[in-house]
Amino acid sequence: MNKLYPSAEAALDGLLKDGLLIASGGFGLCGVPERLLDAVRDSGVKDLTFASNNAGIDNEGIGKLLRTKQVKKMISSYVGENKEFERQYLSGELEVEFCPQGTLAERMRAGGAGIPGFYTKTGVGTQIAEGKETKVMEGRSGPEEFVLEQGIFADLALVKAWKADESGNVIFRKTARNFNVPAATCGKVCVVEVEEIVPTGSLDPDTIHLPGVYVQRLVLGAPYDKKIEFVTTREREAV
Amino acid sequence: MPWNRNEMAARAAKELQDGFYVNLGIGIPTLVANYVPEGITVTLQSENGMLGIGPFPYAGEEDADLINAGKQTVSELPQTAYFDSAQSFAMIRGGHIDLAVLGAMEISENGDIANWMIPGKMIKGMGGAMDLVAGVKKIIVVMEHTSKAGDPKFIPECTLPLTGKNVIDMIVTDLCVFQRPDHDSPFKLVELAPGVTAEEIAAKTTASYVI
Repeated sequence: MNKLYPSAEAALDGLLKDGLLIASGGFGLCGVPERLLDAVRDSGVKDLTFASNNAGIDNEGIGKLLRTKQVKKMISSYVGENKEFERQYLSGELEVEFCPQGTLAERMRAGGAGIPGFYTKTGVGTQIAEGKETKVMEGRSGPEEFVLEQGIFADLALVKAWKADESGNVIFRKTARNFNVPAATCGKVCVVEVEEIVPTGSLDPDTIHLPGVYVQRLVLGAPYDKKIEFVTTREREAV
Repeated sequence: MPWNRNEMAARAAKELQDGFYVNLGIGIPTLVANYVPEGITVTLQSENGMLGIGPFPYAGEEDADLINAGKQTVSELPQTAYFDSAQSFAMIRGGHIDLAVLGAMEISENGDIANWMIPGKMIKGMGGAMDLVAGVKKIIVVMEHTSKAGDPKFIPECTLPLTGKNVIDMIVTDLCVFQRPDHDSPFKLVELAPGVTAEEIAAKTTASYVI
């Protein structure tokens, strides 16, 4: 079966419609599936819900789809550095479900692993736990209170990776892996954009981060002009 | 004289022990990395999927794929490991990280912390803070003793939405250090910045604590 598609638009063909729940990888501007997000924007679908750690920044990542008002709801842990987001949220145009970062990652992982819910200590006693079932169970240090969180079963997962082979085995690079792995697993369909596609057999099977079973469609997104949110450097010591 | 930002970070750094895995928050907590006591090795964890954070890269060697949780470019070390976000928070939630140092807007006398939102004003989100305070073995807060308006930040009960309930072990402010041995005990005033008196602390603190 061929998983390779000639463009991001082609890779999303037949998958997009209004009202979808889309899980997206990325942390800040790192490891964001920008080609696929651009193609979603260009398709014009709307009322989308995104499960994504961040909401991009102004005119980057999901920020582009906020600007075109295609997003109905965000499920995120951190949405700073985005003025259009703030404006839409404060005016009530955009719904936001704040979710602790680890809980969000685990909700995706759980969904991808067929687990509809799990108990966690994160958020107990805070407004995150309001309206959710809680239970006292044996924890690391004796009986503790836990809150029930739900797995995420997304209609579509959008992922950015470094390399893939033609069978869909995927490798990420450094901290660009982040949410891409859990997001990939929780989508009914997962589309991955990569910097390089190599022939099947040329990746070491021991180094695969995301096995091909999770990947339905692949597109080469290169060349990339990767963006850095905060460039921080040090001086070289004088010799 | 109150401690400055670097001195507060240096005080928090005294709590580091050899072999510790540590998560440092944004701001003053980040400075703790500059004061690791000689002869001990700690490994810094970044929520976005990295153990073994190295220093900022040399100019020209920045890598967009290599950032910390504050989205700043960093470098890697010989012992660095990368992993995904679910794995990252499994080690946080699972109690495998020894120490987290973070900032706060309010701390209550029973160890509650508020540091993620001001209703109607700040809507950035909690990021990984709720997971960290719930899962990491020891939590140190580093913060100014009072707000910019001069109001106490160590108070009887938090007024802002909580990040965690009864989770804080130690508070380092610009004026003093409060500590408690376990989550059932009250905080104790254990150290004063040079020239600061216990009376000054009492005047600037509404939380109850023991001396």
